[in-house]
Amino acid sequence: MNEIWAGLEAAFWLIITLDADLVEITLRSLHVSLSALVIASCIALPFGAWLAIRRFRYRRTAIAVLNALMGLPPVVVGLIVYLLLSRSGPFGVMGLLFTPSAMIIAQVIIITPLIASITHQAMRELWSEYHDLLISLNTTRRQRIVTLIWDGRRALLTAALAGFGRAIGEVGAIMIVGGNIDHATRVLTTAIALETGKGDFALALGLGFVLIALALAVNFMIHALSRTEREGTW
Amino acid sequence: MSLTLSLENAVVRRRGKAILGPIDISLEELHFTIVLGPNGSGKTTLLRVLHGVERLSGGTLSLSKPGEHARRAQAYVFQSPIMLRRSVRANLAYPLQLLGCPKAEIEAKVATWARRISLGDALERPAPRLSGGEKQKLALARALIRDPEVLFLDEPCANLDGRSTREIETLLLEAHAQGTRVIMTTHDLGQAKRLASDVIFLLNGAVHDAGLAESFFERPNTAQAQAFLRGDIVE
Ligand SMILES: Nc1ncnc2c1ncn2[C@@H]1O[C@H](COP(=O)(O)OP(=O)(O)OP(=O)(O)O)[C@@H](O)[C@H]1O
Ligand SMILES: [Mg+2]
Repeated sequence: MNEIWAGLEAAFWLIITLDADLVEITLRSLHVSLSALVIASCIALPFGAWLAIRRFRYRRTAIAVLNALMGLPPVVVGLIVYLLLSRSGPFGVMGLLFTPSAMIIAQVIIITPLIASITHQAMRELWSEYHDLLISLNTTRRQRIVTLIWDGRRALLTAALAGFGRAIGEVGAIMIVGGNIDHATRVLTTAIALETGKGDFALALGLGFVLIALALAVNFMIHALSRTEREGTW
Repeated sequence: MSLTLSLENAVVRRRGKAILGPIDISLEELHFTIVLGPNGSGKTTLLRVLHGVERLSGGTLSLSKPGEHARRAQAYVFQSPIMLRRSVRANLAYPLQLLGCPKAEIEAKVATWARRISLGDALERPAPRLSGGEKQKLALARALIRDPEVLFLDEPCANLDGRSTREIETLLLEAHAQGTRVIMTTHDLGQAKRLASDVIFLLNGAVHDAGLAESFFERPNTAQAQAFLRGDIVE
C-alpha cells in the first residue's frame, strides 16, 4: 500500500514538474497516434462515404470484410507488419522496423477499418434520409458528397476520435514493431508496460494519468458531439 | 413555353407486383391538377414517376425540354418532409446555392419566403427541430423558392390545422396564378374542390377517371368515383 502511495506522490511531481522523460514519451505517443489518425482518416473517410453512396456488385462483401477487419487483434497486426518490415521481409530494405514509422503503419492498419465502418454507417443513414431530396434537386455527384460530408461532419469527427482513442491506448502491435526503444520508439503504453514490469510505479503511474486524461478528453468530445447532434443545437 | 410532361403506357412494378399503370397522361395546359384516390392507389408513385425520382418499369416519360433544364424547372414536396440537418435559413438557401445564385439574391429571397411561411423569426433554428406543420411549410417554401414551372405536392397539408392549410393554399394559388403548373395529391375533398382545375382519380394503380374539376365533382362518371366522393369504401 505504501509503495502505491509513494508512487502516486512521485507521479504527481513528475507531472507538475514536467519531467523530461514523461514529456518526451507523451509527445512521441501523440506524434505516432496523430500521424496514424491523419493517414487513416484520409483513407477511411472517403472510402466509408463512397461505400454508403455507391451501389456496386461486391458492396455487401466489402462491408463484411470491413467489419471483419475491425475485429483484427492488434497483436496479430503487429506480427504481420513485423514480418513485412523485417530485414528478410518484402519491405525490409526500407529499414523501417523499430522506428516510429513502423508504429504509425501498424496503427493505420488497426484504426482504418474502425473509422471507415463508423463513417459508412453514419453516411448511409444520412444518405437514405436525404436521397429523395438530393435527387429531386438535381444535384451533381460532387454536390451530394459535399452535402453529406458537411451535414455528417459531427459523425465523421466522432469516427476520427474513436480511431484516435483506439490508437493512443493500443500496446500490442506497437510493442512488436516499435520495440519500445528508449528515446526512439517508447510511447505511453509501452513505457507503462515496461515500468510496471520493472516495479518503477512512479513513472508508470505518471504516464498512466496522462493516458487516462487523453482517453477521457477523447470520450468527452465524442459525448459532446453526439449530444449536440441529438439536441440539434448547431 | 413552360415545361410539359407526359407518360405513355407507363408501368411501375416492384417485387414482381404491378403498382402503377399502364397509364397515359399528359400534363400540358397550365392546370392545377389534384390527384385523388384511396390509400395505396398509387398517387405517390405517379408523382414520383412524373418527377423522375422513381424509375419506370415500362413505357416512357417525355419532357418538352432537354433533360437538365427540365429537371431544374421542377420542384417536389415529399409526403413526409425531408429537412436538411441545418438551420431554417440554410434549408431555404440550399436550392439556390446549388444553382450558384449570388449571395445577396439568396439572402433576399430567403428572408421573403421565411416571412411568407411565418418563420421569419425562426431563421436560425435547426430545421429538424421544427414542428410537423412548420416543416411542411418550410418544405413548400424551399420548393417554391426556385420558381418552378412544375410543382409536385404529395399531401402538403396532411396534419395541418385550418389556418396553416389556408396559408399553404394561398401560396399555391399565388404560384399557380404566376404560371406554375401544380400537381398535387390530397385526401381532403374540400381542399380538392377549392383548388382543383382538373382531377385525376386513381384506383388500384390505374387512372379510373380524369377530367375537369367541375364535371368530376358534379357528375362523376363511374360508380367508384361516386362512392369515393361520398366517402364510402371503394374497391
Ligand atoms: N418500393 C416499393 N415496393 C413495393 N411496393 C411498393 C413500393 N412503393 C410503393 N409500393 C406499393 O404501391 C402501392 C401504391 O403506393 P403509393 O405510395 O403510390 O400509394 P398512395 O396512393 O400514395 O397512398 P397514400 O394515400 O397512402 O399515400 C402501395 O400498395 C404500396 O404498398
Ligand atoms: Mg402517398
